[in-house]
Formats: sequence, structure tokens, C-alpha cells
Amino acid sequence: MFEILKKEELAPEIYLIEVKAEEVAKKALPGQFVIIRVDEVGERIPLTIVDFKSQNKSITLVFQAVGKTTKKLASLKVGDKIVDLVGPLGKPTEIKKYGKVICVAGGIGAAPIFPIARELKRAKNYVITILGARSKELLILEGNLLAVSHELHITTDDGSKGRHGLVTDALKELIKENKVDLVIAIGPAIMMKFVSEVTKPEKIKTIVSLNPIMVDGTGMCGACRVEVGEKTKFCCVDGPDFDGHLVDWNLLLSRQKVYLEEEKIALESLSEKAS
Amino acid sequence: MAEKKKEINPKKTPMPEQEPLVRIENFNEVALGYSVKNAIAEAERCLSCKKAPCVGGCPVEVDIPAFIQFVKEGDFLKAVKKIKEKNILPAICGRVCPQEDQCEKYCTLGKKYEPIAIGRLERFVADFEREKGLVEGFEVPKPNGKKVAVIGSGPSGLTVAGDLVKLGYDITIFEALHKPGGVLVYGIPEFRLPKKVVQAEIEFLQKMGVKIQTDVVVGKTVTIDELLNQEYQAVFIGIGAGLPLFMGIEGENLNGVYSANEFLTRVNLMKAYLFPEYDTPIKRGEKVAVVGGGNVALDSARTALRLGAKKVYLVYRRSEKEMPCRHEEFEHAKEEGVEFIFLTLPKRILSRGNGWVGAIECIKMILGEPDETGRRRPVPVSGSEFILDVDVVVVAIGTRANPLLPSTTPGLRLNEKGYIKINEIGRTSKKGVFAGGDIVTGSATVISAMGAGRTAARAIDEYLSK
Ligand SMILES: Cc1cc2nc3c(=O)[nH]c(=O)nc-3n(C[C@H](O)[C@H](O)[C@H](O)COP(=O)(O)OP(=O)(O)OC[C@H]3O[C@@H](n4cnc5c(N)ncnc54)[C@H](O)[C@@H]3O)c2cc1C
Ligand code: SF4
Ligand code: FES
Repeated sequence: MFEILKKEELAPEIYLIEVKAEEVAKKALPGQFVIIRVDEVGERIPLTIVDFKSQNKSITLVFQAVGKTTKKLASLKVGDKIVDLVGPLGKPTEIKKYGKVICVAGGIGAAPIFPIARELKRAKNYVITILGARSKELLILEGNLLAVSHELHITTDDGSKGRHGLVTDALKELIKENKVDLVIAIGPAIMMKFVSEVTKPEKIKTIVSLNPIMVDGTGMCGACRVEVGEKTKFCCVDGPDFDGHLVDWNLLLSRQKVYLEEEKIALESLSEKAS
Repeated sequence: MAEKKKEINPKKTPMPEQEPLVRIENFNEVALGYSVKNAIAEAERCLSCKKAPCVGGCPVEVDIPAFIQFVKEGDFLKAVKKIKEKNILPAICGRVCPQEDQCEKYCTLGKKYEPIAIGRLERFVADFEREKGLVEGFEVPKPNGKKVAVIGSGPSGLTVAGDLVKLGYDITIFEALHKPGGVLVYGIPEFRLPKKVVQAEIEFLQKMGVKIQTDVVVGKTVTIDELLNQEYQAVFIGIGAGLPLFMGIEGENLNGVYSANEFLTRVNLMKAYLFPEYDTPIKRGEKVAVVGGGNVALDSARTALRLGAKKVYLVYRRSEKEMPCRHEEFEHAKEEGVEFIFLTLPKRILSRGNGWVGAIECIKMILGEPDETGRRRPVPVSGSEFILDVDVVVVAIGTRANPLLPSTTPGLRLNEKGYIKINEIGRTSKKGVFAGGDIVTGSATVISAMGAGRTAARAIDEYLSK
């Protein structure tokens, strides 16, 4: 059992929790994830590790309460426990000196990009971060990202804060103005796809963190199959980081929708139980 | 004058079963188990051979005539104790061992008649003991202060744990998943091996002092070197062969294509058949094709039927004779309406147009010359392609070693296929590290994994007693 030590609503329906998990906290590196199960009837879902504090023996997770599992998780309070948490899984992001790096974060992608930006800055890179969301209320971790970036650019789809537009608009301009050595993009698949399309003709190496459906997270089931450079990879063990220029984005977008119908049924059963 | 010898029933006492049309509507166990009367009748067929050849066919050498003798006498508890001297998981083995290739294959009676139903008797006595609440612990000796880490909680790991705890070792099992049991819980379906049976066996070990830590992926959460440096004097690796193989054909990543591991894990471990009461979903196909011919393929096909499929095809590239599955499972699948398409190989998986499976294109095969396994190699017949309309495909063509743990364990020698190399007593190339089960042999059987566990336990004891 894994106790929730802290809980914060960062934005409407976006939560940050700190969970006690000593072994995972000791081992975690930026870019890795855990698989959790909320309760005895729960499913296994992956969540990227946002921060790890070995002194508190805890890890930080950020999630948006959209499906049955994340809604259940959001309903827990400090002191409550989740039944399972296993990790750290996946390969860590490769941290080294690249030169000038642009970190692109869309929506709750801000959370997993935070430790990566921090480590990249520590590794003496010049870190430019683009943080985008639909609107002002949904921008999260702005202060944290500011602290670990040399520059922070904000975009909102509706123009309620920062630049009016998409993260890719800001990215295009920054690429024009700077000689960029690496782009790291984390966010919804569709955003990572567009970022990769912007950087590909410019031949800027682009790392993305893929988020397919997973079950075990250890290479045992193949639910997390993605195609990269025309080869099938198991995202949970071969990734989650891949070269964005080689990813088959349409396949990922399609495979993420396998259980759309079932998700609706699951949500209905949750609200039935609540009423 | 000697009494005239009692006539022997040439046939095995039949196993009471759920009717096919009833059982495909539920996930309950198909074979219901012998009654006391059935068991005694079956035991009485046994000739109590002096040089019992059945024992030689048993990978862990259970004293079969001795336990059957106790069944004849109606002393079922003594019978199960006899078995447990050699086999700590009789309720499981009685259900899933391929007895037709082991003990029963060598049974004297089998020369003329049907052999003794040894597996059914084994199951009966183990169930009797458990259901009557009569399971007794064994004397645990004083702790000897030595700690052994067991990685993986499948049959090999459970056997190592059981054997060593009996000798006074302090045992901790580390399991990657959230439930212990390995393939017994995530792979083999409820209707063949009820999970409560597995759970009872595991709880028994825990009662004897075995500690189990779930949610630990060795190689990620902790490494073998760390275990050895921290507190453990020896490590046993029993992680199975859990990496699913795919065919490598076009369309294999379409929605609706599952590996058997994923399909069975969702249903068995995650209980997707009880969705939405349980949260994990699964696609319930109308027409399902399962590719493969082993137990895993048949389990997948029979699971698909129970999830409500109208049609389930089993596509196998060789013929019925070469199928590596258990005979009983094949018969059950046939009764339940699985349609077998032999000598057929999938060539590509076709989309319905929206990212989902719509059909598979197959090609007919004929059997040619024998290959290295001695089975005749199937060769495609050109121009014989045909299309099978399906909405779910389950690929059950085998598994390989998962490199996750070996790749983080320096000094552990592997063979060219990635399986761990051991010597005849279960030692790996790394000091203090032992291995056994599917991670050494490739996918095999529950009982062979247990046998490997037994051998390794002996070697570990010897290593730590020096
Ligand atoms: C669907 C199916 C049906 C079968 N039917 C039969 C049958 O009828 N009869 C029969 O005899 N055999 C059958 N088998 C084969 C049999 O189940 C296996 O041969 C046997 O379970 C192997 O045992 P094992 O101990 O080697 O490993 P497994 O049972 O594979 O257990 C390995 C365990 O190790 C865990 N693990 C893996 N990596 C790590 C890690 N890095 N850290 C921690 N834990 C880890 C896994 O999660 C798993 O729980 C079947 C197999 C399948 C898949
Ligand atoms: S070989 Fe058959 S008949 Fe003889 S002891 Fe074994 S089970 Fe009984
Ligand atoms: S989640 Fe099962 S193999 Fe990746």
C-alpha cells in the first residue's frame, strides 16, 4: 500500500500528489514512469514521475482526472493509500550537454518535462521552455519551470495568457532566432506530432515521450506497441522516449482510442456508484 | 483358493464436467472434480505395480502407487501428504500437468486399457484437504539466519521458497506484478485453474514464513547485485519467459490485435470479464481468430468464446497431430465450438478502414520434410490465399526471454536466445545466483518449472551450508 502524503489541485481537474514509495524514489530518473492501481478492482495505468525526493522517500505524480481511474485517484485524500505502485519503469531521458535545448510542454506535459529541464540545465545546457495550454487556468507549474529554464515562453490557445496560439507557433519563431541542438516535447500525442513536423525539415533532433495504453509496463504484454522507424517497439521498455521524426503518429493516435467506448461505460458505472 | 480377481474397468472413471453449452457462458471451472465414490472407484483400478513405471514418468517422482493406495483405503489426508513429500502444489498440478505425456503415459494399465487417471486423483485429494480446511503446516525448523531472495513467483520460485523455508532459510519472493503466482494467475484461465486454488497454495507458503513483496521489478526497482550486497546470501531467478512474440506481418499493430499475454492478462489477472465491475476493459470480438496451436492458443480461444464471440477460429500452421497442447484442452475446445483451421498461416492482417482489424489473409500449407524438431515442416501452397473476416486477433505463437533483468545483471551468462545458462544443479555463471523454470528452458510446463526449483533449492542449500 502506498500512502498519499500531499495533494494539490494545480488547475481545474489537474492534481499533483506526493506518494510514499521509498524504493522508487531512490531509483527514479527523469523520463521514467510508474504503473499504479488505485484499488482492488482497479486497472493498471502508467503515470510519469514528476519529481522524486529520496529524503522524503516519496515521488510526485501529476494527472488529469478524465477517466475512471484518474477520477478515483482524484477522490483520494491525504493519508489514503493506493494499492499498487511499481517502478521506476522505462528508460530515463538521456541527460547530457547538447547546447541549446527547447523543452516543449503541452497541458499536463509540463509536469514530466520539469525534472528533465532541471537536469538539462544542471548539465550546462541553455534551456528554453515553451509551456502551452488551452487557457490560462490550465497552465501548471509555471513557477517551477521558470526556475529551471533560462527562458520561459507561454502560449494559450485562447490568448488568455502569454502568446495567443499553439506551442508550435512559438517553437517556429524560436527556431528561427536560435541555433537549436535539441527539442524535447511532452504532451498530448497530437501536439508531439506537430512539434515533430516543425522540427523535421529543420533537421533538429527531437525527443518525444510516448504515452500508449499499457498493462504491465515490463515488456510482458505488448499492449504498448508503437512503431518507430517502421519497427515495432514496446514503449514501456524500449521507451518511453523516442525520436519524434521516426514515430508513426497516426498509429499511436489510433491505438490510444482502442477503449473509447469502454471508457464511457466505465465512467457511467462510476457516476452510478456515486449517486 | 484364491479369490477370483476383480474385473478391471477398462475406462477411466469419467470426470464430471459442466456441459459445453453451459460452460461457454461462464468462467467457472469446466472439470468439476471427482466425488469420494469416483475417487475410490478410480483408485481401485490401480494395480499397485512393484516397479511402478508411472513414478519414472513423473518429473518430481511422486510415489504414485503409495498415494493411490491411501485413496483406495479412503485415507485422503495420508494420500495428499504422500504427494506433498515431493510436490507442494498438488491442487495445481492435478489440474494442469500434461499427465498424458508423463505418469499416465507409462502406466502399466495403459498398455491394455486406459491408464489410471492419476491427475484426477491428485486433484481430488488436494481439493479434499483444502475444502475441508484440513491443510496442515509443516514443522518449520529454527531459523538458520540465512536469507535468500527469490525473483518471480511462478511455480519455480514458489517451489524454491517452499523447499528452503522448510530448511530454516529466511525467504523473500520479489514479484513484478501486483499478485503472486506467475503464469498460474495471469495466464492460465479461471475455467481451467481457479485462482482461489492458486491463492490457497500461496497463502500456505506465507503461513510457513515465506515473505512476498509484489510490485518489485528486479532490474528496475532493485538489482540483483544490490540484493546480494544488501542482505541476501543467494538469489534464485525464476522470472519465466514472458516476452510475447509477434508474427512480424503487416497489420499486426491494428486495434483489436492482442498478444495472448495481453489478452489473457486482461481477463485473468485484471478480471476484464467482470468489466465494468472491474475497471480493466477488453474488446469482446464477434469473430475472433487465435493464431497458434499450444495451450496458450487454446486458452485464448476458449476465453474468447466465454467473452461472447459468435465464432472463434484457431489458425494453426501444422496439422492436428503436431499440436503441442494438452489433449484434454483440445477436446474441450472442440466440444465448445472452437473452429480449427489447420495447415494455415496468416499472411497479413487487414484493416476495416478505421485502424481496426477487419480480416486476416491466410495461406494454406502442406507438410514437407521433417525439421530440426522432427515435426514435418509446413510449406505454403502458392495461390491458396483466402480471407477470414474477424474483428479480434490473438497472437499465441510463443514467448521469449525478457531481457529486462539479465541486461541489468553483469556476469550472468545467457545462451544465444537470451535464456539464462545454468549447470546441472541450477547454478548460473554468477556467484550465489541460481535459476530455473521457463527463463532457462523456454516455455515448458508447471511441473518442469517446479522440478527445476527443487534442484536449485538443493544447490542453494548446499552452497550456503559450506
Ligand atoms: C496460457 C498458458 C497456459 C499454460 N498451460 C499449461 C498447462 O496446462 N500445463 C502446464 O504444465 N504448463 C502450462 N503452461 C506453462 C507454465 O505455466 C509455465 O511453464 C510455468 O508457469 C513456468 O514457471 P516459471 O516459474 O518458470 O515462471 P512464470 O510462471 O512465468 O512466473 C514468472 C514470474 O516472474 C515474474 N517476473 C518476471 N520478471 C520479473 C522481474 N524482473 N522481477 C520480478 N518478477 C519478475 C513474472 O511477473 C511472473 O510472475 C501454460 C502457460 C501459459 C502462458
Ligand atoms: S503404473 Fe498405473 S497401475 Fe501401476 S502403480 Fe502406477 S498408476 Fe497404478
Ligand atoms: S505495457 Fe505490457 S509490454 Fe509494455
